[in-house]
Amino acid sequence: MRWIRGWPSGSDLYRKEVVLMNQTEKPILKVSDLKTYFFTGEGVTKAVDGVSFEVKKGEVLGVVGESGCGKSVTALSILQLVASPPGRIVGGKVELMGKDLLSLNAREMQRIRGQKISMIFQDPLTCLNPVLRVGYQLAEVFYYHKKLEWKKSLAEAARMLKVTDIPSPEERVKNFPHEMSGGMRQRSMIAMALACEPELLIADEPSTALDVTVQAQVLELMKALCRAGETAVLLITHDMGVIANMCDRVAVMYAGRIVEFTDVFTLFSNPAHPYTKGLLHSLPRLGATRNRLESIEGQPPQLNQLPSGCAFRPRCKYAVLRCDDEMPDATTICDGHEIRCFNPVNGARNG
Amino acid sequence: MDKAILADSVSGKDNRKKDEILSPSKLAWQTFKKQKLGIIGSLMVLFLIFIALFGDFISPYDPLQMHTKDSLQGPSAKYWLGTDRFGRDQLSRLINGTRISIIVSFGSMFLAAAAGVIIGLVSGYYGGRIDSIIMRLLDVVFAFPMLLLALIMVAILGPNLRNVLFAIAFTQHARFARIVRGSVLSVKEKEYIEGIRSVGAKNRIIISQFILPNVISPIIIQATWGLSIAIMYEAALSFLGMGTQPPMPSWGLMLNESRRFMEIAPWLTIFPGLSIVFAVLGFNLMGDALRDALDPRLAQR
Amino acid sequence: MAEDQTLIEIKDLCKYFQLSRRRVLKAVDGVNLRIKKGEVLGVVGESGCGKTTLGRMTLNLLTPTSGGVIYDGINLLELSREKMRRMRRHMQIVFQDPYSSLNPRMTIGNILAIPMGIQGLYEGMRKERVMYLLDRVGLSGQAINRFPHEYSGGQLQRIGIARALAVDPAFIVADEPVSALDISIQSQVLNLFKELQEEFHLTCLFIAHDLSVVEFISDRIAVLYLGKIVEMASSKKLYRSHLHPYTQHLLSAIMLPDPTIEKRKPAFSLTGEPSSPINPPPGCRFYSRCSIRKDACKIEAPELVEVEPEHFVACFAVK
Repeated sequence: MRWIRGWPSGSDLYRKEVVLMNQTEKPILKVSDLKTYFFTGEGVTKAVDGVSFEVKKGEVLGVVGESGCGKSVTALSILQLVASPPGRIVGGKVELMGKDLLSLNAREMQRIRGQKISMIFQDPLTCLNPVLRVGYQLAEVFYYHKKLEWKKSLAEAARMLKVTDIPSPEERVKNFPHEMSGGMRQRSMIAMALACEPELLIADEPSTALDVTVQAQVLELMKALCRAGETAVLLITHDMGVIANMCDRVAVMYAGRIVEFTDVFTLFSNPAHPYTKGLLHSLPRLGATRNRLESIEGQPPQLNQLPSGCAFRPRCKYAVLRCDDEMPDATTICDGHEIRCFNPVNGARNG
Repeated sequence: MDKAILADSVSGKDNRKKDEILSPSKLAWQTFKKQKLGIIGSLMVLFLIFIALFGDFISPYDPLQMHTKDSLQGPSAKYWLGTDRFGRDQLSRLINGTRISIIVSFGSMFLAAAAGVIIGLVSGYYGGRIDSIIMRLLDVVFAFPMLLLALIMVAILGPNLRNVLFAIAFTQHARFARIVRGSVLSVKEKEYIEGIRSVGAKNRIIISQFILPNVISPIIIQATWGLSIAIMYEAALSFLGMGTQPPMPSWGLMLNESRRFMEIAPWLTIFPGLSIVFAVLGFNLMGDALRDALDPRLAQR
Repeated sequence: MAEDQTLIEIKDLCKYFQLSRRRVLKAVDGVNLRIKKGEVLGVVGESGCGKTTLGRMTLNLLTPTSGGVIYDGINLLELSREKMRRMRRHMQIVFQDPYSSLNPRMTIGNILAIPMGIQGLYEGMRKERVMYLLDRVGLSGQAINRFPHEYSGGQLQRIGIARALAVDPAFIVADEPVSALDISIQSQVLNLFKELQEEFHLTCLFIAHDLSVVEFISDRIAVLYLGKIVEMASSKKLYRSHLHPYTQHLLSAIMLPDPTIEKRKPAFSLTGEPSSPINPPPGCRFYSRCSIRKDACKIEAPELVEVEPEHFVACFAVK
């Protein structure tokens, strides 16, 4: 295992080259037209409605959106962790290096989770077993997935904690989760997730519950470890700052669909979808002197009561007549930049 | 002010009529209505209440009247559920006994709930020493097996219907108090309590308008379950001779009197037994459905 | 600001929690603040810094261990219960969690009207005032008969603001009012808040952990670390010249929505463990993590000193 610590972020100055280089390689994860619906007494909630994207080897793909946009359900669908009932994957394909995950049975899927694809969540307190010591839980990963002896597993666990920069790791191994701070718990989770050097790490709002300084440390760690292990990352968040710092390419989700997909620099400098533009302009910026923020009007939609036509129509400043009737398909504006919009900002069209 | 921001209700309740008030209680009622078993249970309970109220007009005979010539007869066209050893019509006695069961169960639960709410509110809201003392006293009550406690109380106070009611209420009030106290403790920490305090509200208003309405749900659920317990205890006490006294036709008493004749006149045991089962089942089904309607709904929002 | 009068003065405010016989949690440890009429003072800090405790004490919702809270010349802590009750109409609070800050069993109309009733205001015109408040925060009048569960987070927060304004206060404490909202809604509510603050000339203590939000809405900002103010300056000045090592770390840790800046940043590093607020050692609270610390910093805790006009820093290394 080559864990290189202290990898300076200055060297990822311009990862566009990396991204372009990977264009020709086969993707690690390919999601095609994924649809996950929830069937409840109040109707059908189309949490994920036709989502397609690819994650290339070693890249960080960000999925950004607000609550209810379907980003978490997408992640859970990839690992088939959606509560069923009432949820169900009703269509689409999820391919891990060519293998269709949705066709696997429960046992085969279990072998994928933790080994090929790992996931970390927002609240480590609910994801770590509160009655087991952290060292024990870490060791379990080595014991079950890598088939090491128990004593060796414990040793590896201690070493993982050290790698994640947790102070005094030999003592922390014996700690229970509630005895650790939020940042340390999250680091333990990252350690557990990366123990088996998975191909893909899915991180669902990993730093949302953390303080700003802790968030910076934890994300830095994640970046370094994933870079060293060549693990691709699917990073789900609502924080645009995290996206700017961490991601190579970004998918913006709204009401269960990806409305814009492009590399991170283009997203911030040239957003084409009115929602993306609205989001970026409504953020308070440090150092800016504004009297009012440019806010997006209206409320996020109820997923079981979506309007006909484009889901963003009620809140859109750029809407045209067509937006009332049809939901736009994904169209490519230019190289690697896709959106779902009939009237993109700046009039950008297929080019 | 952007007109587009003029926001109206977003909950998916647009199928409601205009100006309809959709309080949390009404929401709970809507959920409750959907549960088939709960409806069945409620109908069973309503049926019993109906009998209790109008039993006098329905029973074919006077429940106390003895037709000694027709004693120990099986169910027949004349006496639908048979007669006991004194020739009293079982059906009439069962109908009359329903009233006793309903009075005792609802009465004792009401008393227990009222006492429990007051104690729980005081204990939970004021906390500190008062809370400790009250909780220790409640622990004493909990230490006794409930039936034994009821028995002791009735033995001390004297066996009659009113004391049975008090005894059952006493055994149950501790449970109510503890549940209410738990609810109060969690509601007390909510921000809207702090909010109303920040306006300078007095404790009286906080407790009555802000805390009490938000701790009612678990009480209702506990009360419906308590109803079935009360019926069983009344039957048990009467069976032991410590409840209703003869010749009053209580179900438990009827069971007691039927013991000696179980082999030759099984109908004397079966029908009172079935009545008890019917009542307990009805209360339990209703209670289960109520719990589903009241708890998750409010927790979801 | 035409008037330069101080509305709120916080003098040496402390809140200590006795956890056990020998362990004392010093949540707020000697905070001094002055807020002028019509000013918005932002308080920013991470979890455990004591900002929420400070906010509650300013309204006397939490009794301080020591120190004074002086509102318009009157020390709140010396008032009788009854007098304090009557003072409460001048100072209100907006909470963080929109879902638990409104009584779920009460109609919106009542939620807004009851505070007026308790304070004996607007007799006979309460319904009109409720309608006015609802309109002012952007909700339709139909809300009067509706219940909180029918509304989304952003709308509930507007109702929360309306509730705080119902008794016509002069001073508002906003405790992380937008942290629990979606980004697109945050901007709506922030705009609303700013609008109302300007219109009603409200004095405000705005508590948040997000510096960009605090900077947008505040005139001055105080940075809190483990119960003490480490730096205080006007919003503009703080961003341009942050002098305390903690403020510098905080600002470098913030991820800005701009990849051209973020991708070029050096790796964030913060050495050492944060010191505990329980039985804190003498000396500067930031000592264990500070990169420019000296021996003197271990012995004595630095006081807030005015190093530039209207710019206060609590650090021996900054002159």
